[in-house]
Amino acid sequence: MRIIILGAGQVGASVAEALASEANDITIVDQNRDVLAELADRLDVSIVAGNAAYPSVLRQAGVEDADMLVAVTQSDQTNLVACKIARTLFNVPTRIARLRSADFLEDERLLSDENFAVSHAICPEQDITETIAKLVEFPEALQVLDFAEGRVTLVGVRAVEGGLLVGKPIRDMRGHLPRGIDARIAAIFRNHKAVDPEGGTVVESGDEVFVLAASEHIRPVMRELRRMLKPVRRVMIAGAGNIGARVAARLEQAYEVKLLERDRARAELVAQRLPKTLVLHGDATDEKLFEQENIDEMDLFLALTNDDEDNIMAASLAKRLGCKRVVALINRRAYADMVQGGPIDIGLSPAQVSIGSLLAYVRRGDVERVHSLRRGAAEALEIVAHGDHSTSKVVGRRIDELPEIPGAHIAAIVRRSEKPEIVVRNDILVETVRDKVVIPHHDTVIRSDDHVIVFCTRKRNVRDVEKLFQVAVGFL
Amino acid sequence: MQRFYPVFRAFGLIAFCFGLLMLVPIAVSFHLDDGAAMAFDEAALVTVGTGLLMWFATRRERRGLRVRDGFLLVAMIWTMLPLYACLPFMYHLDMSFTDAYFEAVSGLTATGATVIEGLDALPPSINLWRGFLVWIGGMGLVVLAVAVLPLLGIGGRQMFRAETPGPMKDNQLTPRIAETAKGLWVVYGGFTVACCLAYYWAGMEWLDAVMHGFTTMGLGGFSSHDASFGYFDSPALEAVAIVFMLIAGINFATHFLALHGRSLRAYRHDAELGWYLGVLGVSVLGIALYLAETGTYRSFVEALRYAAFNVVSAATTTGYATTDYNLWPFFAPLWMLFLCSFTTSAGSTGGGIKMMRALVLYKQVYRELVRAMHPAAVYPVRVGGQAVPSPILFAVLAFAFVYMVSIVSMTLVLAFSGLEIVTAFSAVVASINNLGPGLNQVGPATTFAVLTDFQTWVCAFAMLLGRLEIFTLLVVLTPAFWRK
Repeated sequence: MRIIILGAGQVGASVAEALASEANDITIVDQNRDVLAELADRLDVSIVAGNAAYPSVLRQAGVEDADMLVAVTQSDQTNLVACKIARTLFNVPTRIARLRSADFLEDERLLSDENFAVSHAICPEQDITETIAKLVEFPEALQVLDFAEGRVTLVGVRAVEGGLLVGKPIRDMRGHLPRGIDARIAAIFRNHKAVDPEGGTVVESGDEVFVLAASEHIRPVMRELRRMLKPVRRVMIAGAGNIGARVAARLEQAYEVKLLERDRARAELVAQRLPKTLVLHGDATDEKLFEQENIDEMDLFLALTNDDEDNIMAASLAKRLGCKRVVALINRRAYADMVQGGPIDIGLSPAQVSIGSLLAYVRRGDVERVHSLRRGAAEALEIVAHGDHSTSKVVGRRIDELPEIPGAHIAAIVRRSEKPEIVVRNDILVETVRDKVVIPHHDTVIRSDDHVIVFCTRKRNVRDVEKLFQVAVGFL
Repeated sequence: MQRFYPVFRAFGLIAFCFGLLMLVPIAVSFHLDDGAAMAFDEAALVTVGTGLLMWFATRRERRGLRVRDGFLLVAMIWTMLPLYACLPFMYHLDMSFTDAYFEAVSGLTATGATVIEGLDALPPSINLWRGFLVWIGGMGLVVLAVAVLPLLGIGGRQMFRAETPGPMKDNQLTPRIAETAKGLWVVYGGFTVACCLAYYWAGMEWLDAVMHGFTTMGLGGFSSHDASFGYFDSPALEAVAIVFMLIAGINFATHFLALHGRSLRAYRHDAELGWYLGVLGVSVLGIALYLAETGTYRSFVEALRYAAFNVVSAATTTGYATTDYNLWPFFAPLWMLFLCSFTTSAGSTGGGIKMMRALVLYKQVYRELVRAMHPAAVYPVRVGGQAVPSPILFAVLAFAFVYMVSIVSMTLVLAFSGLEIVTAFSAVVASINNLGPGLNQVGPATTFAVLTDFQTWVCAFAMLLGRLEIFTLLVVLTPAFWRK
C-alpha cells in the first residue's frame, strides 16, 4: 500500500514505524528537515520537506498514486486542508486526519466528502484518555481494551499469588468461574516471551496474561489471576498538559482528582475549566508537596507530563511515598522496557495506544478494530467475516478446519443474536444488547457477519490472518 | 469652570427632557381636575427653562464627554434631578424643601420611604408622579438618557457602567450601547404594562393599577395608600405583586436574552437566579413556620400568606407591607432586613450589594478555606461556571468593605443625632439598600416624617449612595477627581 504520512511528530513517527515494517511504501512530509533525516536513517521510508497543506508539496510526495493519506500534524487546520486537497485534486481513496479539537466533530457535515473530506478522524489524546479511564476503572489490569463497541473486553493482567488460577493449568479455569461465564486466555507472556496457552499450560506468578471475555464478565475473570483491589476513589495527576487536562476532565465527575501543574499560567487556565478538580501549582517531583497533599492516601498516581524523565521520577517518588499504584506516560521504548514492573506499575506509550485506531484502516479486509499490544510485538484484531462457504476461507467452517497460522488464534466471536439479551453491568446498570459473545471452541462454526477477534502474538503473521479473512474476488 | 461645560450642556438637555416628562402628570391632573395642575405647570416651566438655559449658555462647547465627565454627569443627574422632581411636592403640598427632596430621592432611587402622611387624600396626579419617579429611576436615569439621547453615545458606555448595579458591567447585549439601553427599557416597559394589566384584572382601579405597576417593577414600594398593600387585603393582588416583584428582582439582561432568543435557556444560565429563588423560598417558608410556631398567626396558611408577601417585598427591596411586620417577633423583621441587603440580582431594579457580589464573597471565603488546607492549590473563584477575574474580585471585596463602613458610620451619625439604635440602624440599612421602611419609629406602619431635618438628609444621602453603588458618588467626592 502507498501511504503518505503528514507530520513527523510522535504520532507520525510511530505510525510510520508500525506501517513500514509491513511492506508498505511510505512517504513522510514535515517541515523540519532534521527530524525527517533522523527518521529516514532509522526506517525504510522516503521523506519530503515542506508545508503539508500545499498541493505542490503533496504532489512531490507522490500523492497522485497514494492509497491513503494520514494527516497527523500538530495543527488541525493543516490536517483538514490536506484532506480536502487530497480529495479534490488527487482523489486519494482514504484520508485520515488527526483532529485534536472536538469542535470539528460536532456536525458530521463538516467532514463529509463535499466539505473537508475526512474519511476517518482520529484523536490520539482522546484514545489515551479513554485508555487511562479504563485503567482507573480496572486498577488490577495492565491494559484494558474494547472490541465490538464495548461488548468484549480484553485485559492484560499480571498473575499474582492469590489468584485462583495461579499455579494451575488453564483448563481448570472453567471450574472456578460462575455458571454462564466463559473466558478465553488469549496469550501469556513469561519473561517477555510468548507462551502458547494450551489447556495444560500452567499459569505462573509473574506471568502477563491476556484474557478476553464479555465486558460484563471481566471482573470475575480477573479474579482468576490476582486478588482484587479496592476500587479507585482518589487520583492524583501530574502534568496539566493536553493529556493531563483531558484525563482530569474525564475523571473528575466520578473520582476525587488532584491535578499538579508546574506552570502557573497553565494551572490557572486549567483550574477555570475543571470545576471539580483541585488544581495544585507545584513541581511533580517535589516530595514536600506530595506529602502535604497526602500522596499515601491516593489510590492512583498518573504521571502525564510530556517529559519521560519527569514522569518516571514523579511516579517512582509517588510509589516510594506510599501511593498504591502509579502509572507513567513514557514515549521512549527503552525507558518503558526498563521501568515497567519495577517501581512503576504501568508505563503507557501514547503512540502505541493511539496506533491501534489507525491500524484498523490500514489492514485489508473488513477490519473493525486493531489493538497494538506489548509495544507492537503483538496485535489483536477484530475482523468481520463476509461471504459464504465458497467465497470465504473461514465462513461456514469449523475452527479446527481453518489452516493453522503460528501464534494466531481466534479468541472470541461476537454474533448478532435474534433475541435481545439483558446484561447487568457493574451490578446496577442494566442494558439490552443485541450482540452475543461466543467464546469459541474447536467445533464452533464461523458465520457470515460474525465479528471475529483474532489474537496474534507474532506480528509478521498478521498478513496471513488478513488474507485468510479476505473474500475471494467475484463476491462483490 | 469651562472644563465642565460639556457636562452642563448634557445635563441641560437631560433636565429639559425631564421637564417634558412632567407633561404626564399635567395631563392626568387636567383630565381628573384634581387641582394639582398648577403645581406641575410651574415645576415643568422651571425645569424646562433652566435646562434650556444651561444648554444655550454652553452652545459653543464642542468637546465630547470624557471618562471623568461621565462620573460627574451621573452624580449630577442623581443629585440635581430630585431638585426638579421635588418642586410639585413643595408647590402643592407645602412641604419643606428637606422633606420634598427626600421624597423625590426616595422615589428616583426606587427606595419607597415616604415622609407624607395621608397618602389616600393626595391628588391622583401627585401619587402618579411619585410612582413615575420610581419607575424611571428603577431602570436608571442614565440608561434612559443613553437610550433616547444620541448625544450621549460616546461617553455613554462609561456612564452606563457608573450607574448599572452589579460587579460585572461589561456583558454587552448588543454591539451598540444605545441599543442595549433601548432593549432593556423595552423589556422593562413590557413587564410594567403586563404588571398594570394584571393588577387591574385582579381588582385594582386603573389609577392604582398603574401607580402600583410602576412601583412594583421599579422595586420602589411607593403606594397610594397609608396602609400600603394592606389596604387592598386581597390574596389575588398579593400573588400578582409577588410574581412581578420576583421578575423585577432578576437581571434584566437575562430577561432580554430570554425574550430575544425566545427560549428559557438564558434563565438556566443565570448564575444568580437559583440562589435568588432558593434564598427567597427558604426564607419565606422559614419565617412562615416561625410565625405559626410563635403564635403570631392562628394557622400556618395565614402565616404563609403574610410571610410570602412581606418577605418577598422586603428581600427584593420593594418595601410594600400588608401588615405591620415590625410587630412580629424580632427575629423575623431582622432577617428581612438582612435579606434586603443582598438578595436581588445584579442588573435588576433592586438594591443592596446584589446576589452576585454575595456569591463572590462567599466563594472567596471558601477559597481561603481550601487554601488553608492545600497551600499549593490554584482555585479560581467561580460563579456560574465562570471564573471571576481577580480585578473584579478585588473590586467586590473593596465594595463590601465600603458598604459595611457606610452602614456603620451612618448608623453612628444617626445615633449621635439622638435616634434610638434599632431605628437608626434600620433606617440606614433600609435607605442604603433602597428598601424603604425600616423598623420601630421608621417601621412599615409609620413614615420617615419623625426624623429631624438632619436625619432626613443623612437618609437621602444613604439612598443615593446605595443606588449608585457607593463608588460613583465617592469618586466625585474625592479631591483627586477635581484636580486638573
